[in-house]
Amino acid sequence: MTSQRVHFYQVGSFAVGNRLLNEEERTIQAQADRTNSIDSGHRACQGCGEALGARYALDAAMRATNGQVVAVNATGCLEVFSTPYPETSWRIPWLHSLFGNAPAVATGVAAALRAKGKKDVRVVAQAGDGGTVDIGFGCLSGMFERNDDVLFICYDNEGYMNTGVQRSGATPPAARTATTEAVGPEPGNVFGQGKDVPRIAMAHDIPYVATATVADLHDLERKVERAMEFHGARYLHVLVPCPLGWGSPSSETIHIARLAQESGLFPVFEAEYGVVTSVSHIRRPVPVEEYLSRQRRFNHLFGANPRPDIVAHLQAMADENIARYGLIAPEMEHSS
Amino acid sequence: MLRQIEGSKAIAETVALCRPEVVCAYPISPQTHIIEAVGAMVKEGTLAPCEFINVESEFAAMSVAIGASATGARAYTATASQGLLFMMEAVYNAAGLGLPIVMTLANRAIGAPINIWNDHSDAMAVRDSGWIQLFAESNQEASDLHVQAFRLAEELSVPVMVCVDGFILTHAVEGVDLLDQSFVDAFLPPYEPRQMLDTEAPVSIGAMVGPEAFEEVRYLAHLRQLDALERIPAIASEFFEATGRESGGLVRPYRTDDADTVIVAMGSVLGTLKDAVDARRDLGERVGVLGVTSFRPFPSEAVRDALASARQVVVIEKAFSIGAGGVLSNDIAIAIHHEQTLLRTVVAGLGGRAITRRSLEKVLEEASRDELATLTFLDLDRDAVDRERARMQATRRSGPSAENLLRDRATVAPKVRA
Repeated sequence: MTSQRVHFYQVGSFAVGNRLLNEEERTIQAQADRTNSIDSGHRACQGCGEALGARYALDAAMRATNGQVVAVNATGCLEVFSTPYPETSWRIPWLHSLFGNAPAVATGVAAALRAKGKKDVRVVAQAGDGGTVDIGFGCLSGMFERNDDVLFICYDNEGYMNTGVQRSGATPPAARTATTEAVGPEPGNVFGQGKDVPRIAMAHDIPYVATATVADLHDLERKVERAMEFHGARYLHVLVPCPLGWGSPSSETIHIARLAQESGLFPVFEAEYGVVTSVSHIRRPVPVEEYLSRQRRFNHLFGANPRPDIVAHLQAMADENIARYGLIAPEMEHSS
Repeated sequence: MLRQIEGSKAIAETVALCRPEVVCAYPISPQTHIIEAVGAMVKEGTLAPCEFINVESEFAAMSVAIGASATGARAYTATASQGLLFMMEAVYNAAGLGLPIVMTLANRAIGAPINIWNDHSDAMAVRDSGWIQLFAESNQEASDLHVQAFRLAEELSVPVMVCVDGFILTHAVEGVDLLDQSFVDAFLPPYEPRQMLDTEAPVSIGAMVGPEAFEEVRYLAHLRQLDALERIPAIASEFFEATGRESGGLVRPYRTDDADTVIVAMGSVLGTLKDAVDARRDLGERVGVLGVTSFRPFPSEAVRDALASARQVVVIEKAFSIGAGGVLSNDIAIAIHHEQTLLRTVVAGLGGRAITRRSLEKVLEEASRDELATLTFLDLDRDAVDRERARMQATRRSGPSAENLLRDRATVAPKVRA
């Protein structure tokens, strides 16, 4: 399967993607017979990127497997807001065990299904960035290394939002969190080496690794469907803005996710067996300021005491991504 | 079939007879021989269908077992010591979710100082987790208990830990009468889960529970353990009917009927204790032994009955609560709850120190003269302790105690000595 041919860009106008597409090209989410894996009524915040991403991802997985999905969930926002018992939003079999063990629990589910000969039932494990890049990382790497038949989805909102916006290994440099306050000479999160889990996943040579954002839900659905065509360990890393933690209006979630991609700070690509096979090119390049200045967590870089030095450092990171993945399409480079 | 076999191998072969569908493990001494043997049986296809997963940590081992059990598979793992502590969060989780996982615990001390030999500190550390904990006295019992454990776990939807003394049992080669497949198949029906992940009938498992129901959920777990107090002896007696072997049950009294002093203990030390008791009986002392097989649930009533006529109870423990005293002793004290009984705790065998019959006889002798202190440490080298205490008082930077003690004992190579 090659990448999606239809180039339709949501631009923040009133244009709604599906309305402009042929029926067969519309999202799974637009279909009346979608599973509705995560039902309405859950307790996610308004504008929650994770709720949106999970709904699209799981319904796509359900479509791809003819309704045969078991979901495993790490502790975190998604777990807490979806199961305020006696209510549950899950219309698919769903198991939550602990914060750091979702990949291993999913391995166990897959092993049991194999032992029982239930070949058609597939396993999707999900966690936030904390449950993926930090506390769940050992189990995740083990799951990758053994090539266990699990699609692991990380909904990355770049911090521990459920516990009150603390720093995680996925928090970007300079971002303010409750444990990296915007004070002192180097306000916000440190500039470290970062923990780029999609690239670490690729280093395991697993069948499929992809990144996506909630700004391009067609792309997210397509990647989930693609992932379900493989057996073995697969990893999908979805950027999901968090209005609460990022300090952005609820109505801006999609826009900010798009700016993360178009600034080059969040590269969107897919890889098979450790090799990048496609890249979502930046359609309208923007400087990182456009992305950063819309979020309160980066307020200290602008305003009365601006820090152009830090912004430049972040721009350099974006430029590095652009160069590494070739995020600017060749034809665009000519025209610019 | 009676075979001369290593304890670990006997356990592995019995586990295989139970037809586990998912086995996961991370190696740790002295559990390794068990999982190696199960792994080989899966690899060569004699145990099938079964998935054997080599995981990257004990935390993952228990987590894989959780996922497998919640999917309706019979799941097994084994660990020891540090491994049990590393998986502790998942140990509690498995019990909280009511998943009937069976795990062998090859009992071993907990560091620091790092020590690979036997004691019961690991089992004691998870006594409040909601797992049933059964202690094996011999390799025959260790092996038999696994069949009973799966049966018990699945009947009640509670995980069961079979505690087997590391090295002393796991690595001992002795005669074990192994069960046959037809017996195990009849004794242990296929696993019928109370709850499972099923695409035909989706359920959510593992939701958050707030103050409105948490206490009730915990109380239900307690009730299931109380149910186990009924089921453990029932299953053991059914097992006895079929095999003629007294494996399992709640407690095992030995010469307690007219005993003035009863020694209480768990695990492999019971054999030595019985020999010591026989020797003291020959001298005319009225002593007996009470083996506790089921540590959780704690069989208070059975213990009370067995100790009813004893004037003195001496609890031999291979673990203790630092800063407090005996752990098993505490449960015994609550169970007997009459102040007339003298209750003595003897901490013994820590980190694999051999509990000899001679030392035990000395304990019995002191007990017969009412000379046992409330809490004693068997064969403690008081001089070594005093020397280190003196060093600590004399010099602020007196260095690491464990290493100082070893140096005193001259077990460090001469070259390393200062």
